[in-house]
Amino acid sequence: MASRDRDAADPAGQRELLSAGDVARTIARMAHQVIEKTALGASGASPVVLLGVPTRGGPLAERLAAKIAEFVDVRVPVGTLDVTLYRDDLRRKPTRPLGATALPPGGIDDALVILVDDVLFSGRTIRAALDALRDAGRPRAVQLAVLVDRGHRELPIRADYVGKNVPTARSEEVAVLLAEIDGHDAVLLRRPEESE
Amino acid sequence: MKHLLSTDGLDPATALAILDTADGLKKTLLGREVRKLPTLRGRTVITMFYENSTRTRVSFEIAGKWMSADVVNVSSGGSSVGKGESLRDTGLTLAAAGADCVIVRHPASGAAHRLAGWLAEAGTSVINAGDGTHEHPTQALLDAATLRDRLGGIDGRRVAIVGDVLHSRVARSNVHLLTALGAEVVLVAPPTLLPAGVENWPVQVSHELDAELPTLDAVMMLRVQAERMHGGFFPSAKEYSITYGLSEARARLLPEHAVVLHPGPMLRGMEIAPAVADSARAAITEQVANGVHVRMAVLYHLLAGEEDGS
Repeated sequence: MASRDRDAADPAGQRELLSAGDVARTIARMAHQVIEKTALGASGASPVVLLGVPTRGGPLAERLAAKIAEFVDVRVPVGTLDVTLYRDDLRRKPTRPLGATALPPGGIDDALVILVDDVLFSGRTIRAALDALRDAGRPRAVQLAVLVDRGHRELPIRADYVGKNVPTARSEEVAVLLAEIDGHDAVLLRRPEESE
Repeated sequence: MKHLLSTDGLDPATALAILDTADGLKKTLLGREVRKLPTLRGRTVITMFYENSTRTRVSFEIAGKWMSADVVNVSSGGSSVGKGESLRDTGLTLAAAGADCVIVRHPASGAAHRLAGWLAEAGTSVINAGDGTHEHPTQALLDAATLRDRLGGIDGRRVAIVGDVLHSRVARSNVHLLTALGAEVVLVAPPTLLPAGVENWPVQVSHELDAELPTLDAVMMLRVQAERMHGGFFPSAKEYSITYGLSEARARLLPEHAVVLHPGPMLRGMEIAPAVADSARAAITEQVANGVHVRMAVLYHLLAGEEDGS
């Protein structure tokens, strides 16, 4: 819960990439980009649905929708899409609990679906999300919004909206903290323990 | 989790994790045109039924197929079991043929445990789909899922299990699971249909159904298992029905919110009146629907994660 000083070096070797204020400004900027790119609010624009990928994609999608409503007075339907059952690494980890899937009441058929996730890394989660989407309905098009793109893609996937590009080493860990889940907002870069 | 052999000894956290997964699967598939998940692609599940079954076998088969596992059904009638092959040899054959999971129903209590021992080396998971009068763990899990849906929880709820407890693996599995999840369980049966040693079970025992009904959150009616009865357990079917059957008049003694469960197959007019079985408080078709999701969840917990060796 405690707020951190911006440049405080953590003994565990973690560095703050985005403060709570940065997170809020980044989401606001992404909302503007979504509005511009999808022509939201203009007549004839196709319906947009935001689908958060659990866990932290859910609240991020809600916040994006809230900002969009603030800027153009359009209420974009928001849902969540769990991808656990579609992952390609299930057998490499202990049994994972499922996240929540809750599609908006109007469904996703013929909508422009924007997947929302916290960190884009290998791209495997998004590949799983695309497979899950195919079973959930038939969107007109699919776009991707991520708060942080940390590189190291293993699949031909890119984001349409990126909050912040962060060059990272593969061994580092990017942690997105959100008030809804973690008590406060921040994006942290953690070094592997042995390097400190 | 390697096998699911009984609810006796199943820790509540694992049971709740399975129920949560089942609930997640149900919500994921709700309203979908394509009820198919790729999760168990390339895994082979074999059902091996030495006793008659409609709902359990079909439910496991659908569960496996909706998870994209390859499902093969073996029944004692059409297999080498008819030629006298032992359970052990049939099991080893199925494992050698590539089964990742064998789902077994057998008339002998303990059959699934023995099979799990024999298949340990092959690394094949075993699910007990009913062994004699011992246990039927997935039935108890689907009953728990149904009670959670209808009552909002299981902890602190009072559940009666009524009828042929002696021959019922459903009753045994439910007693262990529901009490582990915090429910208060009362067995209601004639003394001849209660097992020896029931006084050591974590339950209350009653012979008066009418006295219990107003106190219940749920009542689970058991089928009278005539095929397992050799001798007189009660004077006549009619007398049993009058004393322990859930008639319309009896059902009115239940509180408004109370749920009626039956594991099926039902003997309408014997342990349950048709009007009660078809009433809004009966959750019998929900039990069947939940059965598919619960069995998908069990397959997920057994087959989807990395091998944990336990």
